[in-house]
Amino acid sequence: MSTASANVIPERNYLNDPKGLKSWLLTKDHKRIGLMYLFAIMFFFLLGGIFALLIRWELLTPAVDIMEHDTYNKMFTLHGAVMIFLFIIPSIPAALGNFVLPLMLGAKDVAFPRLNLASWYVYCLGALFMIYALVTNPADTGWTFYTPYSTQTNTAVISTTLGVFILGFSSIFTGLNFIVTIHKLRAPGMTWFRMPLFAWGTYATAILQVLATPVIGITFVLLIMERLLGIGIFDPALGGDPVLYQHFFWFYSHPAVYIMILPGMAIISETVSVFSHKKIFGYKLIAFSSLGIAFVSFLVWGHHMFTSGQSELAAIMFSFLTFLVGIPSGIKVFNWLATMYRGSISLEAPMLYTLSFLILFTIGGITGIFLGALAIDIHVHDTYFVVAHFHYVMMGGTVMAFLAGIHYWWPKIWGRMYNEFWAKIACALIFIGFNMTFFTQFIMGTQGMPRRYFTYLEQYQPMHGFSSIGAFVIGAGFVIMAVYLIAAIFKGRPAGNNPWGSLSFEWLTSSPPPHGNFDEEPVLEHGPYDYDTIEVVATK
Amino acid sequence: MDNGQTFWMPAGHSTVAGDVDALFYFIFYASLVLMALVTAAIVWFIIKYRRRGKAGLTDSRAHNTALEITWTVIPTILVFIIFAWGFKAYLRLNVVPANAMEINVTGQRWFWSFQYPEGISAVNELVVPEDKPVKLLLSSKDVIHSFYVPNFRIKMDVLPNRYTVAWFEATDTGSYNLFCTEYCGTKHSEMIGKVKVVTQGEYQKWLEAAQGPSEGQSLADYGRQLYQSRACVTCHSIDGKPGTAPSFLHIFGEQATFEDGTSLVVDENYIRESILEPRARIVKGYQPVMPTFQGMLNDVQLNALVAFIKSLAEHPPTESGDQGDANRESTTESEN
Repeated sequence: MSTASANVIPERNYLNDPKGLKSWLLTKDHKRIGLMYLFAIMFFFLLGGIFALLIRWELLTPAVDIMEHDTYNKMFTLHGAVMIFLFIIPSIPAALGNFVLPLMLGAKDVAFPRLNLASWYVYCLGALFMIYALVTNPADTGWTFYTPYSTQTNTAVISTTLGVFILGFSSIFTGLNFIVTIHKLRAPGMTWFRMPLFAWGTYATAILQVLATPVIGITFVLLIMERLLGIGIFDPALGGDPVLYQHFFWFYSHPAVYIMILPGMAIISETVSVFSHKKIFGYKLIAFSSLGIAFVSFLVWGHHMFTSGQSELAAIMFSFLTFLVGIPSGIKVFNWLATMYRGSISLEAPMLYTLSFLILFTIGGITGIFLGALAIDIHVHDTYFVVAHFHYVMMGGTVMAFLAGIHYWWPKIWGRMYNEFWAKIACALIFIGFNMTFFTQFIMGTQGMPRRYFTYLEQYQPMHGFSSIGAFVIGAGFVIMAVYLIAAIFKGRPAGNNPWGSLSFEWLTSSPPPHGNFDEEPVLEHGPYDYDTIEVVATK
Repeated sequence: MDNGQTFWMPAGHSTVAGDVDALFYFIFYASLVLMALVTAAIVWFIIKYRRRGKAGLTDSRAHNTALEITWTVIPTILVFIIFAWGFKAYLRLNVVPANAMEINVTGQRWFWSFQYPEGISAVNELVVPEDKPVKLLLSSKDVIHSFYVPNFRIKMDVLPNRYTVAWFEATDTGSYNLFCTEYCGTKHSEMIGKVKVVTQGEYQKWLEAAQGPSEGQSLADYGRQLYQSRACVTCHSIDGKPGTAPSFLHIFGEQATFEDGTSLVVDENYIRESILEPRARIVKGYQPVMPTFQGMLNDVQLNALVAFIKSLAEHPPTESGDQGDANRESTTESEN
C-alpha cells in the first residue's frame, strides 16, 4: 500500500493522445466514447436527481408546497423518463462497458468503432428530442405513456416518445457491437469460460438490447401515428384497445428491467471477487444464470398487468413464470456471498457499494416475490410498495453496482485515486438515506398509499415526510461524491497499473491506458479469478 | 375504524382480507429469515476474513454441489408454495358469489359514480350493506382508472372500452377509503371516494332517502349537499377562487362571456344547460373538461343545485323565499 510514490501517469495516454476537440468528437477509441457517454449520462443523472428531490420536497406535506398538480405530474414523468431512458439503460453498458469490455477481453477496440461513435451521436439526438419536450411542454403521462391518456393529453408526448424511439437505436448499436466484440475479439487463450463474468453479463444484456428494443420502437411509432393520424390501435374512441398498449409496452419494458440489472450483476461479480481476493464461487452458474434470466425475462411481462382485466388464466401463468425468474437471481446472491467466505476482504469504497448492493438488491428481489404472488399484488399494485420495490432493484441494485464500478475503474479511467475517506462517508450517507427514503415507502404501500399522487390523505404524512428527508440525505451523499471524484481527476495520487490487485486484463496496461489499449497483444495465462494460485500485488 | 390496523396492513374489513394477510405474513417472515441469514453472513465474513496486511493466496474452492443444490431447492420449494397460495387466494378474489347484488361503477375524471339496480345513482360515496356480497361492474367514461379499497384488499382497473368485475363482502360497518390507482391526469390524487358500509336496516332507509331532500330540508340546502356528494366541489369553488372551472360564488345574475365571444346573464336555464350539456358553451379561459350529468341527476336534484347556486349570488333573489344564504357557508358540513 505504500508503494504509491513509484507510480507515474504515462506521458502519452488515450486522454491526451491525440489532442484537440476534433479528435474527441471524431474519435473511434472506445475509451473516449465511453467517457463521452459517461459525461452525458451523469448530466442526465443530475437532472433526474433534481426532479426526484423536487418531487420529494413537494410531497413533504399534502398541501401545495412548491408546485401545482400539473407541474407535479410532469415532474414525475420527467424523473422516470430521464432516469430510465437517458441514464440507467445506457449507464453500465454504454459508459462503463464501452470503456472496460475491450480492455477486459484484451482487445484493441470494439468490433465496430464507427458504429460505436454513431451510437453516441444517436443518443445525443434522442436526448435533444427529450430536452425539446422538457423545455416546451413536458409530457404528463408517467414514463409508461399509458393509452388512452397519452393519446388524449395535450402535452409533448410525440417528441418525448420520438426521443425514446431514437435512443433505442443507440442501445441496439451498443448491443450489436458488444455481441460481435465478445465473439470475435477475445485475446488468445481466452475461451468463453475464461472470460471475466462482466463480459458474460454484458453479453446477456446485449442480446436483450438487440431483441427487445425494436418492440418499444414499434409501440411508440404506433402511439405517435395514433396521435397524428388517429389510426385507432389503442384509443377506444377510435376503435382501439388501450390494454393492447400495455402488452406491447411491457413486452419491451420487462426485459428492459434486465437490460438495467444484468450489467449491475456483472459488475458485482467482478468487485466481490477482487475485493475478497478470492476465486468467484460458481462461475458457470453465474454465467448461465445471466442467459437464463435474459431468456425468461421475455415471458413475464403480464405480471405488470394483474389488475388490468387480462384473463385470470394469463395472470396465473405469468405469476408462475415470474417465480421462475426469481430463482436464478437468488442463486447469484448466494454465489456472491460464498465468494466472500475464506477470502481476504478489503472494505474499500467499491466493496462498500458491493455490500450495499447485496443487501439492497436482496430486499428488492424478495419484495418481487410479494408482487409475484397474485393475491398480494392485487392489494399493493400501483401503490408505493411497487415504487419502493423498483427503486430497491434499480437504485439499490443497478445504481449501487454502477457506483461500485465507477469507484473500481475510476483509477483506470483517469490514472488517479480519489479520496477514500470521503468515499466512505458518501457511501454511508447514500446507504442510510436510501433506506430512509424507500423502506418507508414499502410501509406506505401496504397501508394503501397509491403512487403518482400529488396530494394525499393526512394519515400518510409522517411517512411521506420521513421519506422526503431521506431523499435529501441521498442528495448530500451524491454532492460529496461529485466533489471528490472530480477532485481526483486533477489532484488524485497516481494509481499505478493495478491499484486493487486484480487479475483481469484491464489492469495489465497502464492507467490511463494508451490509445491502442495494450503495448503488445496480451495472452491469457491465467483465469480472471485465480486468486488461489497467482500472487498479485496492488500498486496503490 | 383504525381498529385492527397493524404496522404493515390497514385493518381488514372484507371476507378475503384474512386470506391475503395470511399469505403476506408468511412471505414476510420467510423473507425476514432469509434477510437475517444474508446479513449475518456478510457481517461474519467481513469480520472473520477482513484483510490484514498482504492479501496472499486464498482458498481455491469455488464449487460445492451439496450446498448449491440446497440453496436452489429450498427457495424453489418456497416460491412454489407461495405461488400456489397466491393462486388460491386470487381465485377467491375473482369468483363472485352467486347471491351478490350488482352495482355499476363508473370512473371518470375525477370522480366515481354508482348506479344501483333500484335506479338510484350516487357520486363518490358507495353505500352498501354489511355481510352481503357486492358485485361491481366497472367501466370508464374517459381514460383508464382503477378501483382500490385498501381495507377490502381489492383493486381492479376501470377501462373505457369494456366492463371489468370486482367483488367484496364487507364484514364491518364503517367508512373506508376508495382510491383511484391508475394515473388519470391533473386531479388523479383527488379522485378519492368512500365506501360506506351500513347495517341491512340502515341500507334500506338510505335507499328510500336517496330519492330527494330529507324532511324539513330546504331545496338550496339539499343542493349544497349534492354539490359535495356529486363532486361539483372538485372543480367549482364557492369562495370565489377560480380552479379547473369557474367558482359558483356570485355568478348568478352576472354576465358570463364564452370562448366563442358570445355572452349572457347567468340564469336558471343556463345553469341547467351547463349541468346537462356542459360543452354547449365554454366560459372564456377554461377547458371543456366537464362531463355531462345527463341521467345522473333527477329533476328535484337539478332544481336543488340551481337553488344552491342562486343562494350564492351577490344579491340573492328574495322573492323565492330561499333561506340558503351565504352566511351559512362556514358551517357547511362536508361528507367526510
